[in-house]
Amino acid sequence: MSGNWIEVCAVEDIDEEDVMRFDHQGRTFAVYRSPDDEFFATDGLCTHEQVHLADGLVMDEIIECPKHNGRFNYKTGQAKGAPVCVNLATYPVKVEDGAVFISI
Amino acid sequence: MREVAMADQTRKRDYSLLGESGRTAVDMGLAAAEWYHTEVPRKEMKALMQRSDAPAIRDTIIWLGAMVLLAGLGVYFWGSWLCVPFFLAYGVLYGSASDSRWHECGHGTAFKTRWMNDAVYQIACFMITRNPVTWRWSHTRHHTDTVIVGRDPEIAVMRPPDLLRLILNFFGILDVWHAMVDMLRNAFGVISAEEKTFIPEIEQPRAIFIARIWLAIYVVTIAAAIAMGSVLPLVLIGLPRLYGAWHHVLTGLLQHGGLADNVIDHRLNSRTVHMNPISRFIYWNMNYHVEHHMFPMVPYHALPRLHAMIKHDLPTANPSMWSGYREMIPAFLRQLRNEDYFLRRELPATARPYREEFHAELAPAAQ
Repeated sequence: MSGNWIEVCAVEDIDEEDVMRFDHQGRTFAVYRSPDDEFFATDGLCTHEQVHLADGLVMDEIIECPKHNGRFNYKTGQAKGAPVCVNLATYPVKVEDGAVFISI
Repeated sequence: MREVAMADQTRKRDYSLLGESGRTAVDMGLAAAEWYHTEVPRKEMKALMQRSDAPAIRDTIIWLGAMVLLAGLGVYFWGSWLCVPFFLAYGVLYGSASDSRWHECGHGTAFKTRWMNDAVYQIACFMITRNPVTWRWSHTRHHTDTVIVGRDPEIAVMRPPDLLRLILNFFGILDVWHAMVDMLRNAFGVISAEEKTFIPEIEQPRAIFIARIWLAIYVVTIAAAIAMGSVLPLVLIGLPRLYGAWHHVLTGLLQHGGLADNVIDHRLNSRTVHMNPISRFIYWNMNYHVEHHMFPMVPYHALPRLHAMIKHDLPTANPSMWSGYREMIPAFLRQLRNEDYFLRRELPATARPYREEFHAELAPAAQ
């Protein structure tokens, strides 16, 4: 079930195979653009320690945390092994009129 | 007089992960804190973080290929003094180059291909006698709480420094003793209370499983030595961790030795040192240690580029290992009398200043 759609940015603000931080009402999110030009969103902080994933590296469908190299599948939120053990929350994303929206 | 006064005020550091210093660090907000990092534009950082298999494949072929060649020559000349130089070189590749390979592959940054990282990580862990599960988690903590007393399980030189321990570890003596005790304990299914503070429960069985595999390898090696009536099998497997350890200790002590503890700025507690190319190959560029701690996602082969990009914001790098030891050894000796003493790293005029809320308190002890 989707909540409110919140506008994040313009499509061109995120490079392909990259990630951007998005803060909203005291919460922080990470919004991704995959190599095949799809958009995804997860919680912005690594579940291992409170580090912003938007400073990490996107490789295909993986986001790697910049602090300890914990890896998640940003499409599903699945933790891919040590040192991350807890999955990331994911959020629906849509693109309309050249803008990216996430549902929180 | 001033030093005596400082010494009187010193609170003894408790390096146990279950002790008072660790609790104080948590109370002071030093645990899992937000650390300083130099601003690097996202596009440039992305370029630096990019993974590549080619440099690590090349270096691994050289590393393992040289080990096979040197071991072969050592075995060929076994029984004469001619074998000694070959085994000394083999030992450094076994007992020291494995340290940096363990480290870089543990970060997952050496290779682009995951299984290659994992394979070299397992091989290097065995050589350096560090359980791959335990040490992955201890190193995670080292990066979270670098040189935070009572939090960082990898502080090589505690205060006051135990100089005898340091010297013995140039030959791996205490490290290997502890590693063997840990391996046996783990192999018998026991995870210590300290290990439990940083290894998640779900990972603990893997630590035990690997300890059992290692134990089996050492039992077979010792049995082979007994059957052959020769120490040669142990000279090839196990003992190089002792006679080849000196280089990784020589370079490793420079990482944080004599610098500040309980700060949250790697410019204050880590040291970048320019080194000769052979040492940099063995050490896989970990001489760029401030840069590595500030941006652990940057692979070893990109650290020289990162250094060039951010050196305006860092203390001037030591020009040589000799320069590093010339400042570090006197600092260790001063810390025997005053364990609050440390080397204060001066920043260039182009750098963003230290956060005074930490630095101002530490400054008197650095005198």
